[in-house]
Amino acid sequence: MLQRLRYMLAKEYMQALRDPRMRMVLFAAPVIQLFVLAFAITTDVRDSPLAVLDRDNTPASRELVAAFEGSRHFRITRFPADEREMTELLDHGSVRGVLNIPAGFEQEILARREAPLQLIVDGTDSNTSSIVLGYAGNVISRFNEDQLARRAALAGTVHAAPAIEVDSRAWFNQNLSSRHFYLPGLMCTVLLVITLLLTALAVVREKEIGTIEQIMVTPLQPLELILGKTIPFASFGFLAFTLMLCVVHFAFDLPIRGSIALLYLGLVLFLFSTLSMGLLISTVSATQQQAMLTVFLYLLPMVLLSGFMFPIANMPALVRWVTYLDPMRYLIVIMRGVMLKGIGLEVLWPQYAALAVLGTVTTYLAAKRFKKTLA
Amino acid sequence: MIKPLRVRAIARKEFLHVLRDSRSLVLALFIPVMLLTLFGWALSLDVNDVPTVVLDQSGTPQSRELLSHLDGSAYITFREYAASERELTAALDEGRALLAVTIPPGFAEDVLAGRTARIQVVADGSDANTAALAIGYAGSAAQQYGARLAVERVYRGQAPHLAQAVDYRLLAWYNPALRSQNFIIPGLIALIMVVIAALLSSLTVAREWERGTMEQLISTPVRGPEIVIGKLIPYWIIGMLDVGIAMGLGYFLFDVPVRGNPILVLLMAGIFLLGALSIGMNASIVTKNQVLASQMALMVTYLPTMFLSGFVFALSNMPLPLQVVSYIVPARYFISLMRGVYLKGVGLDVVWPQALLLLAFAVLMFNSARLRFRKRLT
Repeated sequence: MLQRLRYMLAKEYMQALRDPRMRMVLFAAPVIQLFVLAFAITTDVRDSPLAVLDRDNTPASRELVAAFEGSRHFRITRFPADEREMTELLDHGSVRGVLNIPAGFEQEILARREAPLQLIVDGTDSNTSSIVLGYAGNVISRFNEDQLARRAALAGTVHAAPAIEVDSRAWFNQNLSSRHFYLPGLMCTVLLVITLLLTALAVVREKEIGTIEQIMVTPLQPLELILGKTIPFASFGFLAFTLMLCVVHFAFDLPIRGSIALLYLGLVLFLFSTLSMGLLISTVSATQQQAMLTVFLYLLPMVLLSGFMFPIANMPALVRWVTYLDPMRYLIVIMRGVMLKGIGLEVLWPQYAALAVLGTVTTYLAAKRFKKTLA
Repeated sequence: MIKPLRVRAIARKEFLHVLRDSRSLVLALFIPVMLLTLFGWALSLDVNDVPTVVLDQSGTPQSRELLSHLDGSAYITFREYAASERELTAALDEGRALLAVTIPPGFAEDVLAGRTARIQVVADGSDANTAALAIGYAGSAAQQYGARLAVERVYRGQAPHLAQAVDYRLLAWYNPALRSQNFIIPGLIALIMVVIAALLSSLTVAREWERGTMEQLISTPVRGPEIVIGKLIPYWIIGMLDVGIAMGLGYFLFDVPVRGNPILVLLMAGIFLLGALSIGMNASIVTKNQVLASQMALMVTYLPTMFLSGFVFALSNMPLPLQVVSYIVPARYFISLMRGVYLKGVGLDVVWPQALLLLAFAVLMFNSARLRFRKRLT
């Protein structure tokens, strides 16, 4: 048994690694992708380009503009001359927003009336825009407080302190860097694209080319075949995961506060269910094209419903139930928990249990289908 | 010379391949529907009903009034009332709550004495985006309550005046309600096209090589460019069907407005599709191996389109070198063009640079596939 498995493995490794381009795809690509994409996935809003239409042009208006410039969230890049030019800037998407200060701004402030002011953002990117609106609101209300305090000082009265002060902070990730949150999900995505697709194509490829018949006449048992087809990709998944773990830890300072062994336990259970899913897809497909499209039918919702980019809490109840079938959902919770929060099995055991159950069920289905295909 | 008759023959053969493999065809049309339904209905970056844990150390009418004000906000939902700081921490640790609000013991005294009362808001920062939005919501709900307190104080003579120095309005153009569907769906159409197109075309030529049928093709009088064009036509039609389905679903089911000219969208989609198909074709011709070709096609299309095109993650928030890299991702131009036409209602007078670059990309990719294809056995 072991010897036959060894021969089978030798063949599979040879087949997978023979082509130097395939070696690139397997080992260099994940690291390069992770490296580039890790910089890309961020919802941190920095340096939003802002245009200023200052039709007042007085010390007060310039003070407000300086307040925006001083905030690390904005960068003033354009000074349109009129509303038409302002609209054009927004239409072209050259700026994220426009600060529109009408004429008479300072006069109103000096006259102790409420000076009108407008801030327009490009709402196309709804997420960035709502964060930008929050930052802009903060800058303006600070300006407001300053003006009120100055006014009170001039009048010789005491400026009323704000009634409520909110002291807010974020735990586990003080400066709200979104990269740390997204990196585990990105690792899972890259891992999935490699392992799932390759296993799914492994068996169907033999079918399409006709070599499956040659395998069928060998004394190989179904279990040996299954192991022979999955072990190579499991090992590539392990290697890729380890390489990526090094990249995120050393290059992107992603902490590993908990135990590394727990991470790998999660990886094993995860690969258990995804590789058997790949095998299952492979056995129900007749051509590589079918297998590939079926993989995508499974892969895209799996990534999107995993809570990687879109919080599961925001999904409708029905979809939230579906996410329980998504192995990536559990691995992401495990990775975030172990790496960012440093928690262990006492909190995470349901995730491991769910992965194990999912893996067992898919493996059972795959093995059953697999025997039928060969028969 | 390219003869239309021979191109038609190849296209017809390829069509038959597609039609006979009905499962692939159904999948190629169903995957876009599934993705759009997911994004239109289930996936949203908007944060609603943030699960919140509360620790009320004051336990007074004032603190309860503030809490009911917070709970009344559409964005915050109270899940738990913690009895101690330890319980509050546990709720955050175990992920039962994403937001924790603590009202300190002296809260009511401060409110009544006209001093500034403090509350503490802690968010689970692991999801930075949700955390930033949740802190913002909690802050503004507390501010509103504060504004009401300020009014009461003026009545009681604890504060002199109410007037603000500036009366500001914050507006979001093009998407006033800041719906994330309006943001995502135009970009999603690009993602669907790229994935389906590049995947399908990456298999076509390689399949003939793997199965040995390429030799039969070589022995016919059909020329290389005719094979390339003929093979692209059926997939181009499937891709355009996908675009039509996606636009229709977005418009009728998910109320994503098309403020500009839909014909312009279709025209540009056609050009972009040709480019995406040609990428897959290039991979197929170079590798002659379906597994490798599909992996290469995915690598240069799926992940860059997902992450480097501004689809979800705004390009302006990325570090400068990466913004430079994004200029070689064609989906970047297509997505910004789609959003311009869809949401801003602009025409070619504004988006002509994107349109030109897309055209250049399509011509370049197509020609590279055409020239690379050799009707030779080795």
